[in-house]
Amino acid sequence: MDFLNAIVALLNFVVVPATAYGAQLALGALGATLIYGILRFSNFAHGDTMSFGTAMVILVTWWMQSHGISLGVLPTALLALPFGIAATALLVLGTDRLVYRFYRKQKASPVILVIVSMGVMFIMSGLTRFIIGVEEIKFADGARFIIEPASFKAATGLAEGLAVRTTQALTLVTAFAVMAALFWFLGKTRTGKSMRAFSDNEDLALLSGINPERVVAVTWIIASGLAVIAGSLYGLDKSYKAFNYFQLLLPIFAAAVVGGLGNPLGAIAGGFLVAFSEVAFTYAWKKVATYVLPASLAPDGLMQLISTDYKFAVSFAILIVVLLFRPTGIFKGKSI
Amino acid sequence: MAEPFLIGDKMTGGYGAADILHECTLAVNKGQIAVIVGPNGAGKSTAMKAVFGMLRLRGGHVRIDGEDISQLSPQDRVAKGMAFVPQTHNVFPSMTVEENLEMGAFLRRDDIRSTMEQVYHLFPILRDKRRQAAGELSGGQRQQVAVGRALMTQPKVLMLDEPTAGVSPIVMDELFDRIIEVARTGISILMVEQNARQALEIADQGYVLVQGRNKYTDTGAALMADPDVRRTFLGG
Repeated sequence: MDFLNAIVALLNFVVVPATAYGAQLALGALGATLIYGILRFSNFAHGDTMSFGTAMVILVTWWMQSHGISLGVLPTALLALPFGIAATALLVLGTDRLVYRFYRKQKASPVILVIVSMGVMFIMSGLTRFIIGVEEIKFADGARFIIEPASFKAATGLAEGLAVRTTQALTLVTAFAVMAALFWFLGKTRTGKSMRAFSDNEDLALLSGINPERVVAVTWIIASGLAVIAGSLYGLDKSYKAFNYFQLLLPIFAAAVVGGLGNPLGAIAGGFLVAFSEVAFTYAWKKVATYVLPASLAPDGLMQLISTDYKFAVSFAILIVVLLFRPTGIFKGKSI
Repeated sequence: MAEPFLIGDKMTGGYGAADILHECTLAVNKGQIAVIVGPNGAGKSTAMKAVFGMLRLRGGHVRIDGEDISQLSPQDRVAKGMAFVPQTHNVFPSMTVEENLEMGAFLRRDDIRSTMEQVYHLFPILRDKRRQAAGELSGGQRQQVAVGRALMTQPKVLMLDEPTAGVSPIVMDELFDRIIEVARTGISILMVEQNARQALEIADQGYVLVQGRNKYTDTGAALMADPDVRRTFLGG
């Protein structure tokens, strides 16, 4: 019985939250890795693209709610997603036209583009805060739980409860649907293949008649879509706060680098790896240990390796270790 | 004599301020093989890139089928029926052989299967490896993918920059045989080669360049027979 309780506690506090968080990071990292593979720079504005997109989704959600539009048990934000994606794609394409294209024409080196993207990040971040403010916003509605702790306890007779929130399940389903669609697009369609070709060998892609401006535009649109979906799922699961999205940049890039920059499969694996490491390092293992270990070995402390305030240190450590020992990531990506 | 199908006429130009090419002329007739040989730094690859529009010319013209294309970008020249196989980085390494061929035919909207079938017929090994990533293939096989990709555009002229660089002598002979086969289908071939002797053997027309100038120009056989050329460039 204790062992079962330990497993349920582990599921409830580590596996379920980390899986949902991992899927959100994976979607974010996919967008960042696509931009790296095709536009050849690390887009520091990706976190704030997520932030802007989520802010748009929230505004549309509010508008829909005020008109009594809802999705029943599912969050209204799902309906608002396409509008958020469209608004973000327009902003990003406009930015590309105004800013990035200038540097692309000059064949600026990647490091210059990284700095440029930092400038874009500051402007986007300011714009988002100007529009929606800096406060924490909760915009999830619909049913809260799929599995409720109290009813789980009653049904199983265990001391530990298991909670699976609607937003967590929604995150997983959406993330896998989006990933499947992305891989189908990259692997089977003419445009998707031309994007891979462009990422593989830009000069040869030009010689084959692939239009670089079109590839770049499609990449921005897809990356915007991924960013807005990732940001909205994260906001639904936790809450929306502009500053948190800026901070998400670190775990997202850690995920993309761990998996191998430019490699979509790697970004997904990296997302889950970073999420699980982060949760495992900041979780207080006392409860699980007490169930599993004999009473004489029961821990006195919380058995928490680091405080949750330092969770970004985990991403940072992963990033450094990977860059030192395997710069191309787990899956073969491009080294920085 | 009628004008050759493709001609780079008295081309002068370079990458920076200094000219690398000086009134250099290269031409190839329909279905024939023209080979550019010469010592290192003679401007062989540069001359070829000039024909393909990867270099700004300060003098001279490039004409294909009588049409002046000197002002066109490389991409536009692809649409005019020219295909170029660079010396290195000439495949999409993470994509399968078949996808590489598909990318070659990117601009075509018609059915590409028969062209792909021709490429597989020419290079049977590619059919066996068609689901494999091009980056995992050997050097010789990768060159075949590169040539195959270029053929997918159904070009009238195929330009090869040292197709046999870094492949074994056996594979080199094999590649030359394939190139002759391609020429027999009516495609003109212009290529730069380090292996001057073998290349001139299969060449209808040969160009020996020295310091960006035409030093000797004749049929492949005549150049092979020329004692000066033999002594200076072919090692006796």
